[in-house]
Amino acid sequence: MTTAASIALDVEDIHKRFADLEVLKGISLTARRGDVISIIGSSGSGKSTFLRCINLLETPDRGRIVVGGEELRLRPGRKGSLEAADRRQLERLRTGLGMVFQSFNLWAHRTILENVIEAPVHVQKMPRSAAIEKGEALLAKVGLYDKRDAYPAFLSGGQQQRAAIARALCVDPAVMLFDEPTSALDPELVGEVLKVIRDLAEEGRTMLLVTHEMGFARDVSSHVMFLDRGAVGEEGPPAQVFGDPQTARCRDFTRSFSGRQS
Amino acid sequence: MTFDWLQRYWPLLIDGGLQTIALLVISVSSGFVLAIGLAFAMVSGGPVLKGLARGYSTVFRGTPLLIQLWLFYYGIGSLLPLVPGLRQSFLWPLLREGFFFAALSFTLNYAAYEAEVLRGALLSVPRGELEAGQALGMNRFTLIRRVWLPRAIRTALPTIAGEVVLQLKATPLAFTVTVMDLYAVAYKIRQDTLLVYEPLIVVTLFYVALTALITRAFGIVEAQVPIRR
Repeated sequence: MTTAASIALDVEDIHKRFADLEVLKGISLTARRGDVISIIGSSGSGKSTFLRCINLLETPDRGRIVVGGEELRLRPGRKGSLEAADRRQLERLRTGLGMVFQSFNLWAHRTILENVIEAPVHVQKMPRSAAIEKGEALLAKVGLYDKRDAYPAFLSGGQQQRAAIARALCVDPAVMLFDEPTSALDPELVGEVLKVIRDLAEEGRTMLLVTHEMGFARDVSSHVMFLDRGAVGEEGPPAQVFGDPQTARCRDFTRSFSGRQS
Repeated sequence: MTFDWLQRYWPLLIDGGLQTIALLVISVSSGFVLAIGLAFAMVSGGPVLKGLARGYSTVFRGTPLLIQLWLFYYGIGSLLPLVPGLRQSFLWPLLREGFFFAALSFTLNYAAYEAEVLRGALLSVPRGELEAGQALGMNRFTLIRRVWLPRAIRTALPTIAGEVVLQLKATPLAFTVTVMDLYAVAYKIRQDTLLVYEPLIVVTLFYVALTALITRAFGIVEAQVPIRR
């Protein structure tokens, strides 16, 4: 099954160090098309850093990143970590990795629709009318069509995050990267965002999901990775990682959540 | 109080008002462009660029505008005729006027202040909003043009409005280098008619009206993009 063509994202041996703290100690991950991989672990385990290393928002010290069969060319940078050898290639590959942030990060000076069509028009050079059509369809899909002319500050957190998901989708990324998409939301708003993510999973989108929503991760994932102090503590199908963890640390971690989530 | 002199002098007042407005518009618009370059040099330039921009800002904010104006007018202005061929060139009618030196020094001075405002605004743009642009594949230029700069300008608009009003009130200094701006016209009318207050009252009304106009214009622009905190 794992032929080269079916692999959407291949990340190998990512290392990252902040001063004296070794945050990532060699993490690898392979996502086939349609995989939904959840990355769990306690705060400080390095899961967000790992996700941010994949599109180089954080620069890894060592490692290899292959997106859709194309290797991201890296070279040693000035600060000791790696940097993109070719900015153009990095920009192109980044467009293929749709990222959703914990704090939404919608552009406050643009309306919701403008946020969504910005990258299609100004990065992919799509005609504006086509981008609007596509953006409006995506906003309808996440239930925000009627908010398209509103500014982000006037939306609830859940609405902002759904808009941010539409923005990431509008460039047709091959892989979606979710960085704790519901951690900044009030509890009653978490559900509406998870529903959108679940719909995407059911469509067969390839997704990496850093999350603290254990019940959700167990439901939607095809694969779960438990990070522990910068290393892979355990990984496997959700039934194993949540139901029958092999390591004591993973058992303690998942058990601490089972009391309060489905 | 007599205002019958208005009949004779109103064309001159209008000319003076236009000179004042021209000085304001030229210095604010070209100063703003210069300020964008300076602000980015301060925020993301290398050590040399950063040092130059900081030095520029310190010099132009740290010395009186009147002295800058005179240094340009009497200093550079007196050297220009020595440049071979310049007196014969098409530029000379412009370069021999006080207006040119007033516009130049006002521009450079305004840029120094505006650069500091923009620098603060650029730094206040949430890092995450820039990362969102990067993550979508924007190159550096697109990110600056579409996200970083417009977002910063939006944040700084109220401050910029204040700076423009301050700039308006700096324009009477042009009078000292022979520019017939509003204040110069008032001065002339006082000399001609020996009226002390009336001409001053009339130009005061002009300045107040211009300030109201500027404030209103910025208010409209700000309302275009509502930001809630």
